[in-house]
Amino acid sequence: MDASRRIEADDLEDIAIGGAVLGTGGGGDPYIGKLMAQRAIRRRGAVTLINVEQVPDDALVVPVCMMGAPTVMTEKLPQGEEIVVAFSKLERLLGRRIDAVLCCEAGGLNSTTPFIVAAETGRPLIDGDGMGRAYPELQMVTFTLHGVAATPMVLADDKGNSVVLETIDNKWTERLARSCTIDMGGSALLAFYPMSGGVAKRAVVRGTLGLAAALGRTLRESRAAHADPVAAVAGKLAAQHVFDGRVADVERRTVGGFARGAALFDGLEAARGHRFRIAFQNEFLVIERDGAALATTPDLIILLDRDTGAPVTTESLKFGLRVACIVAPGPAQWRTPAGLDLIGPRYFGYDIDYHPFAPA
Amino acid sequence: MIRIGIDVGGTNTDAVVMDGTTVVAGVKAPTTADVLSGVVAALQDVLRTASLRAEAIDVVMIGTTHFTNAVVQRRDLAPTAAVRLGLPATAALPPMVDWPGDLRDAIGNHAWLAHGGHEFDGRSISPLDEGELRGIAAEIARQGIASVAVSSVFSPVNDECERRAGAILAAALPGAHITLSAEIGRIGLLERENAAIMNACLRDLSRNVVAAFRGALGACGITGRFYLTQNDGTLMDAAFAERFPVLTFASGPTNSMRGAAFLSGVADAIVVDIGGTTSDVGLLHKGFPRQAMTAVEIGGVRTNFRMPDVYSMGLGGGSLVMEEGGGVRVGPRSVGFRLTEAALCFGGETLTATDIAVAAGRIDLGNRARVAHLPAALIDRTRARIALMLENAVERSRLTPDRLPVIVVGGGSILAEQRIGELDVVKPAHFAVANAVGAAIAQVSGEIDRVYSLATMSRDDALADARTRATANAVAAGARPDTIAVVDVEDVPLAYLPGNATRVHVRVVGDLDVG
Repeated sequence: MDASRRIEADDLEDIAIGGAVLGTGGGGDPYIGKLMAQRAIRRRGAVTLINVEQVPDDALVVPVCMMGAPTVMTEKLPQGEEIVVAFSKLERLLGRRIDAVLCCEAGGLNSTTPFIVAAETGRPLIDGDGMGRAYPELQMVTFTLHGVAATPMVLADDKGNSVVLETIDNKWTERLARSCTIDMGGSALLAFYPMSGGVAKRAVVRGTLGLAAALGRTLRESRAAHADPVAAVAGKLAAQHVFDGRVADVERRTVGGFARGAALFDGLEAARGHRFRIAFQNEFLVIERDGAALATTPDLIILLDRDTGAPVTTESLKFGLRVACIVAPGPAQWRTPAGLDLIGPRYFGYDIDYHPFAPA
Repeated sequence: MIRIGIDVGGTNTDAVVMDGTTVVAGVKAPTTADVLSGVVAALQDVLRTASLRAEAIDVVMIGTTHFTNAVVQRRDLAPTAAVRLGLPATAALPPMVDWPGDLRDAIGNHAWLAHGGHEFDGRSISPLDEGELRGIAAEIARQGIASVAVSSVFSPVNDECERRAGAILAAALPGAHITLSAEIGRIGLLERENAAIMNACLRDLSRNVVAAFRGALGACGITGRFYLTQNDGTLMDAAFAERFPVLTFASGPTNSMRGAAFLSGVADAIVVDIGGTTSDVGLLHKGFPRQAMTAVEIGGVRTNFRMPDVYSMGLGGGSLVMEEGGGVRVGPRSVGFRLTEAALCFGGETLTATDIAVAAGRIDLGNRARVAHLPAALIDRTRARIALMLENAVERSRLTPDRLPVIVVGGGSILAEQRIGELDVVKPAHFAVANAVGAAIAQVSGEIDRVYSLATMSRDDALADARTRATANAVAAGARPDTIAVVDVEDVPLAYLPGNATRVHVRVVGDLDVG
């Protein structure tokens, strides 16, 4: 954990799979981001992954990510320079060199996007992120908890447009950036939340990119050894295996651009006779057993294909799919009153309080 | 109507004659290296067995692995130009970016990016540039390439750019084959483009193969129309198949599951196709195989084809039976097509799963005396082991607690007993040639996959529009309008975007119009 690590193009395979696991059902397929990061690394050389402790307190740290609909990005592939344009324009705006790149969301597509910037600009990438998982809105990062402003922020599109935002708070940033993203064709790339190394040390959820790599490696190795991939992933996350089940029903609707709904599962094996319900808003947020809440955001509710261990997304939930559900404790920063105000079950409209998941 | 169904597999070429809904005759012949002499042999044999003259045959349906194998083995592939419309977007990842290097090299690694394409909401990304496309055409001509694949961003929503670019390229490249991605695939640019490029590189081969099938039928005196089966269990006529060979990928498992449904009269079931070396297990829903939900790779290339979700395991009639640490191991090694020389009951030296079935008295095959020495305990343990393997595979495909029947087909069907787990087994007549029956009964389908904005129309209107478009596609492919039924509807909102953009996928099927 202490030394810097070199991340080569092939390492992105594991990180993309692990990133999808940490996506807790959302965050988008990391495939496109993985291919882009691999090309950047093959052209420019390996990415240096550092621990946040290695960053000087007065260093300048900037997170990057993709915003919008991941489905759009699988069709309208990026031009390629957008994310570096956003990063470089913000650097010029801030008037000083950015010392390190940061990941804002280790779950889903954005587990891979910071590697593109790190490879293209030669800056080190900090092993950690601002969520420890995936969340749908831009202000839902631990950086917000530490008073970091999302702006000045730069959004860039495939055509060469870029937009600079200066806002009064991070929720306004979310709102205005979302509108820009639509006009930019449904997906945009951004650089935002500029912060010092000192703040980053307090705010970053540590080690989550290394964790994604370890999860991907574990899945790959357990499959090759014909071992139980679900147990292997649960072990790496200190997660509890909550149930095995089959999807019995899925209800979906779109509210303000976010896919909301719930899936019902009939328990299998040890869980036979029980019925589970998982409510989702892009990510899995609340799990109930026989009508009683078992676990909620910010704990990580993860569904894996029961046989292959492949992470299951809310979009791929389909009647009959056999899944294993595991729950891992959410990052400690989220399990505070201020954290729960941002991403707790009540923020998402569920009339329940967060209780740390305790296995029965 | 009298029809012939043919399935050209890796080991056997199967043929059946059907009169209406009755199977008149079914035969197996070895698949030959040139494929066609095996088809001729199977055709002649099945006509003889059915006591029919060739002129009596109205229509022939062929399922073939020829094109899949060409890609997997990297042979007979034409140099191909990939032209993508979408600049300035998409430049980050050029065509064939994620292909195995040897396949990319096999077709020359020729790719061009040009302006054009649409946004998710129908706006133009950039105008099509005719001069730019004519320049690309000149370069393609200079390199002597005669197969072109055209892809454009969001062409499943709006194919205007692909059609215009296709016309410009066709005018500048007389005689070239041009494949438009919207004709083949769905949303997901790289996957759809991959399918279009694979299709383009198979066009020379498809012309030859279709001509050769036509020649084989002619050699047998058959003058009726003929069709090839697609991966979704439906038909395309010979002219269409020549243009879209990529759509034949993975039609084999589909045909065997469809044939199983037809022969048994059961539309909802689990199908187990037991061959000589492997068993394929899949779920049948309303007479059609359940489709895989994840991206399917063909020859190392990621596609988003509609492929049946089939679980394969190494259990077949030729599987080796070995005692091992107090237990018994069955497969995955197999004597395969050498069963009739290698198995004990046929005078060989190898103990196979078939020998156990003969020793247990479940079938009379070869010389039963040659397996009389096998201990009863070994026979029991092997049967229990096979039963467990089948049960696990069936449970994997069983998606509801309903007690669905299990339909067992294929040459190795004897390995399945009366029940698999708690489920009853159905073994229909002609089970050994179910895949050829599946080809013979194939229907015609139409499909649509588009993004609708539910801000401007209701969900019901969007679904109705999608059904109308899918039906039009089916009729264009040869379906009788009055037989069309919807088999799949799916609408998934595009996450993280306001405006209620929803992706709608509809598939319909109908009977072939032979009139």
